[in-house]
Amino acid sequence: MKIGVLVSEGPYTHQASDSAYNFVKAALEKGHEIYRVFFYHDGVNNATRFTEPPRDDRNIVNRWSELGKQYNLDMVVCIAAAQRRGIMDENEAKRQGKSGDNIAEGFRISGLGQLVEAGIQCDRLVTFGD
Amino acid sequence: MLHIVNKSPFERNTLESCLRLATKGSAVLLTEDAVYAATTGSAAEGKIKAAMADLKIYALSPDLQARGMAGRVMDGVNLVDYGGFVDLVTEHSNCQSWL
Amino acid sequence: MTDEMDMEEGGVIKKFMFVNRKAPYGTIYALEGLEVVLISAAFEQDVSMAFIDDGVYELAKGQDTKAIGQKNFSPTYRALEGYDIEKLYVDQKSLDERGLTEADLLVDVQVMDSAELAAMMAEQDVLISF
Repeated sequence: MKIGVLVSEGPYTHQASDSAYNFVKAALEKGHEIYRVFFYHDGVNNATRFTEPPRDDRNIVNRWSELGKQYNLDMVVCIAAAQRRGIMDENEAKRQGKSGDNIAEGFRISGLGQLVEAGIQCDRLVTFGD
Repeated sequence: MLHIVNKSPFERNTLESCLRLATKGSAVLLTEDAVYAATTGSAAEGKIKAAMADLKIYALSPDLQARGMAGRVMDGVNLVDYGGFVDLVTEHSNCQSWL
Repeated sequence: MTDEMDMEEGGVIKKFMFVNRKAPYGTIYALEGLEVVLISAAFEQDVSMAFIDDGVYELAKGQDTKAIGQKNFSPTYRALEGYDIEKLYVDQKSLDERGLTEADLLVDVQVMDSAELAAMMAEQDVLISF
């Protein structure tokens, strides 16, 4: 089945990103297609590669990047929500005159339409948030 | 329809709203802090018991275990892991997360 | 992405319900939720919004945010009609619990009892909650 996932909270403060990760991993292992993981609200903070948790803690951002790489996931960060919260890719940083970008590997920044489009294309859309 | 609840019944009214607006035959999956609602002896027990007449109640095992509640699950609550969570999503035609 | 767009042009129309359960200003969910609703209008889907629990406060008349330094986005609800988003469902019980009536709301809505709203939710293809 074709499943879309919406992640509405950032890493660590809420369990939402962990739950979404475990759900996505289980779905992939069962042979389902994860059409897209869309990061919205504070969920965009899952996409900063500047995250550096203590060594004995999980690295939520890297974990998404690795899963994304393994399964070629489409992990989309909402541009409007990202701009509010300072998540930028190289193009956006240049456009805004910022000294550097911080987006982690495997994530891409795009519009909110990608969420609606996932709702249209997927058999199911599951939201993880607070 | 699958309803997903992730809030403790002692912190928010999420579970209550979900149970009120779930149609007969729907499934309710308790995850994260909502798993406390599935435990015996809590003030939410009556609500869940009453809901079982019309709804199928599930709780996410990994969240119960993490919170030390695995041994306190009330009868009639069905336990699932993340794979079971995925199955619930695919078996029901739509789902609502009560954030 | 091209074949997806073809499918959309092929006329896949799904029932989308945006479920609003959070009050405005205290958190960003109501505002960013509204942004998704506005974007969804471009996809020509069957869109509705449900206002439940504190979500009904989003529609309260007389919002004035000057003194808290946030943008008052409540006029946007009145603009939804211009986007052909006219299905605004309000939960009667949530209004009652808050001492509100339809007359306290800034836009025309359809007030529903629990059974009506439950049935409406059950028939959706995609539910996105904020």
